Amino acid sequence: MGSAMQVKLCGAASGRLGTLVGLGRSGAAVLPLPGCLLYTRTGSAPHLTHDTLQTVGGVPAVAQITLPTLADIHEVLEEYKEGAAKFIGMPEKVLYCSLHDPVTPCPSGYNTNKTVSLWGSSGRIEITASKFMDMQRAIQPDWFQCISDGDTISGEAGRKRAKKSVDRSLSFLDACLQILEKSPELQRSVMFGAIEGGDTLEERIRSARETAKRPVGGFLLDGFQGRAMAKETKLKLITSVIAELPEDKPRLIHGVGKPDEVLECIERGVDIFESFFPFQVTERGCALVFSYDWHPDPETTVFMQNGTQDLEKNDAEEDQGEISKADPEMTPFEICLKDKRYQDDFGPVLEGCTCYCCQRHTRAYVHHLLVTNELLAGVLLMMHNFQHYFSFFSAIRDALKDNKLDQLKELVFRQALQSPANAKPGQ
Amino acid sequence: MGGSGGEPAPLLRVVAECGRSQARAAELLLPHGPVPCPVFMPVGTQGTAKGLTAKQLAALGCRLCLGNTYHLGTRPGPELVQQAGGLHGFMDWPHNLLTDSGGFQMVSLSELSEVTEEGVLFQSPYGGGQILLTPEKSIEIQNALGADIVMQLDDVVSSTTTGPRVEEAMKRSVRWLDRCIAANRSPQRQNLFAIIQGGLEPELREQCLEAMTLRDVPGFAIGGLSGGEDKGSFWRMVKLSTERLPRDKPRYLMGVGYATDLVVCVALGCDMFDCVFPTRTARFGSALVAEGSLQLKNRVYAKDFRPIEEGCGCPTCQRYSRAYLHALLRREPAALHHLTVHNLAYQLKLMASIRQSILEQRFPQFVRSFLSSRYGAQIPLWVREALEAAGIPLE
Ligand SMILES: [Zn+2]
Ligand SMILES: [Zn+2]
Repeated sequence: MGSAMQVKLCGAASGRLGTLVGLGRSGAAVLPLPGCLLYTRTGSAPHLTHDTLQTVGGVPAVAQITLPTLADIHEVLEEYKEGAAKFIGMPEKVLYCSLHDPVTPCPSGYNTNKTVSLWGSSGRIEITASKFMDMQRAIQPDWFQCISDGDTISGEAGRKRAKKSVDRSLSFLDACLQILEKSPELQRSVMFGAIEGGDTLEERIRSARETAKRPVGGFLLDGFQGRAMAKETKLKLITSVIAELPEDKPRLIHGVGKPDEVLECIERGVDIFESFFPFQVTERGCALVFSYDWHPDPETTVFMQNGTQDLEKNDAEEDQGEISKADPEMTPFEICLKDKRYQDDFGPVLEGCTCYCCQRHTRAYVHHLLVTNELLAGVLLMMHNFQHYFSFFSAIRDALKDNKLDQLKELVFRQALQSPANAKPGQ
Repeated sequence: MGGSGGEPAPLLRVVAECGRSQARAAELLLPHGPVPCPVFMPVGTQGTAKGLTAKQLAALGCRLCLGNTYHLGTRPGPELVQQAGGLHGFMDWPHNLLTDSGGFQMVSLSELSEVTEEGVLFQSPYGGGQILLTPEKSIEIQNALGADIVMQLDDVVSSTTTGPRVEEAMKRSVRWLDRCIAANRSPQRQNLFAIIQGGLEPELREQCLEAMTLRDVPGFAIGGLSGGEDKGSFWRMVKLSTERLPRDKPRYLMGVGYATDLVVCVALGCDMFDCVFPTRTARFGSALVAEGSLQLKNRVYAKDFRPIEEGCGCPTCQRYSRAYLHALLRREPAALHHLTVHNLAYQLKLMASIRQSILEQRFPQFVRSFLSSRYGAQIPLWVREALEAAGIPLE
């Protein structure tokens, strides 16, 4: 493989502070670790154009595209010949192509020994390993996830299914590695092996060991999305899987996005995350306001308190049952700007935030846009939520550098406990 | 004519005239900076131009955009907008704004609207019974919103209405103009425009023009057109109006935004236009080009790797192909923003080229080449007639 992708660690005391180097066609791009990818839908950052994305601070160098959104235009990309990055208008970005979209649930029960089902805009598409590699040849991503079977069920009944998912995924991996070797178009692309096995520890370990034996560029920890698995199980599995993986190759996880969960994974050695979480927050008309400022610096504590106060207000309102209509998916890290209390709030979405939305607009304005269903609401919220989330990752790296991850974790966990919305542990 | 008290500075500065037609290049000297004319004003219903940020809209060259009094006056309400520093502050728009009277939307969007001498009575869209919008109330709301140009409340009838109702509406609009002038609390900062009514009846239009031009208002709008009337009547009413309007004041043709109509009506002497068309049509996947429009959802664009329009230079055309937009439109609502950007860029660039050609004394040539790329030899009859009457014969 033509891969030059490599993890360089800085030797911080906890977590894996470092950089992912040798990225992209030129090999010049760098992703600081721990880090996240730019979430896209059909190759565009949700709600944003190139211009509006440009004004967001800290946008990662790597964009995540998802195979189901490109499967429909496989033929178009084949004819285009110049690859998806240029086609979607992001020639300067490093592209990572994942098998599924992190926010679109995939119906269960459609995978076979030879095929995996994707759900495109025109319905189900059944793909084999060879069809999968045809698509990658047309997309020409810098980096992609190998086709895998992540369709497992939890509990005792899931054991057999977990074994099958590992067997199938390994056989897909072997088939794809063979094709990759013979594909000149993909000589600069790095393939990640997916680690499957549901919630069955032996299967997870087997999957990690077997995948690590193969010449993959890195590892994807798959199947941890959603609440199907208890948190303790999830963390135990992640710890065990990571123990089997080599230090010098990156570890990416799918489906984990909440700030507290991100920190728990980082502690256990995960390097890379997606950024679908700020998109989901945007879609429910909410804004991220959690604080990640662990500095005991008095100047910045104002900013910290501000976000915290808003989250406390969430609590108070919840007691009075006033936000009973709020989205059940809402997390303690956000405020719902649709709420009537923001109608005459002329403060920024988040005090101290330097994003376009907070620098120029008020909560009252965003509230107005939301209640009148104006498209600009999604644009402004996406700008703020992305920037806040990307800055969170930057704060994580700073904390690792200063050996203060525990402080950051404590701060984030305190906020996580602030709202009863959080009180559904591992159901 | 002539003002009372301190003579206000003129709103319009004519920079160049076509010489052949009535077209003119001018500047509107408004409180939030000069606006080159002829100008197209994008419509921002809720204080936003359909998903574009204020920064994007300004980057496209927009210096004057429109906010709807009806929408903003009901939600979030004038008091709240005033608290936020007016509509400029609320939407963070550093350039100029125009607000309409709210009357048109009340008639078209509300149930059970009834017009009396007092005002327009309509059913509140958010419950709570009936609301009476008087000329004074409309100006009060517009004063609170704080736009640079405000419109009188007029008695709107559909352009296809005939009979005594048209005359009644016209005469009432004149009376309401006086009430609006008297009600305007900030005439120095907020330029009140009269709206010429009279349907498609020349005598009524003339009467209205005669009466309204006696009033000292900073500008005039031509209303009651662009509502499905035939094009022959349309251009004749526009011409009749511009001929009788004072040369030194701006003329705003309401609700007109198709490219051909813009070119023809500039030739007839109009300076300002507004229309939801470029943004609305983007919603349906339609992109404006010299030849007309492209329906990008159409399969023929699935493998068309060219930009929407070669040489357009807008942020959309610089980066995206028709094929990509086709794929994106099928899945993602956000693809709409790319088309909105292009369509507004198209519209604003069209106005800029019109203005440039007037400045360079080649407006008639511009008109001919515009029509030939759009229609080839099949130029519609009404366009030929209107342009001939405007002094630009096509054959
Ligand atoms: Zn912000
Ligand atoms: Zn364009």
